[in-house]
Amino acid sequence: MTTPNMHDWLNEHGDFLYRFALARLRDPHLAEDVVQETFLAAIKSPDFAGQSAPRTWLTGILKHKIIDVMRKNVREIAASDLMSDEDANMDEFFDETGHWAEKPLAWDMPEGALEQKQFLGILQSCMEKLPAKLAQLFLMRDVHETDNEEICKELNISATNAWVMLYRARMGLRKCLEINWLGA
Amino acid sequence: MLDCKQSSQLISQSLDRSLTLRERFALQLHLIICEYCKRFSQQVQTLRIALKQMVNSIENNSMIEMSSAAKKRIADLVEANHSQT
Repeated sequence: MTTPNMHDWLNEHGDFLYRFALARLRDPHLAEDVVQETFLAAIKSPDFAGQSAPRTWLTGILKHKIIDVMRKNVREIAASDLMSDEDANMDEFFDETGHWAEKPLAWDMPEGALEQKQFLGILQSCMEKLPAKLAQLFLMRDVHETDNEEICKELNISATNAWVMLYRARMGLRKCLEINWLGA
Repeated sequence: MLDCKQSSQLISQSLDRSLTLRERFALQLHLIICEYCKRFSQQVQTLRIALKQMVNSIENNSMIEMSSAAKKRIADLVEANHSQT
């Protein structure tokens, strides 16, 4: 039998796939679920037997599963609370003349390894403070480098909606970082 | 003339689409006179880089493992589906 052994794959790549999913979905249960779906899809795939680079192949399947989850999640906000309070939400950042209510600070980026680690830790907790779905859309765009058109098509939202959501995510994150990292 | 609110929107959007010539021009003009929006522009780019680092650091952290319960569940499911085919 030349058929690869799925159990070996699970042992060799399972944790890697889990971390890959966790980094993007941020929820351990969701991450486990998509890894499970990935292995199930893999075993049913006709391409299964001929795989010489299983990690790459499995990661490819996993990416689609992750996008499926994100799509479901983000679609919920896309329709409901997206456009309604758009301006209200941004009012905290700007005064009535359109100037910054609180001026952005100069960021001194950490250079040492320890400082960098601290910075990433704060960034992570700031990501956790964002509404989960917004954070996922943001990761999908800025980390996954999912094409913007593809995001809109996948999520069935307009480009304008996507820009507004990404703008909100960035505004929220940078504010959170200034408060928690720079102590502003 | 753009205000900071409009300018910050364009700065964010410039990461997601190509701005029109007119928009780029208006934004550049604003950035010449506005130190704060210039900072904001650097910050959103820093965010993008830092987020990638954050994701990489989780991905490469071998201390993080799937729970053994989940592993067992997946192994069982794989087993069950394999014998079917």
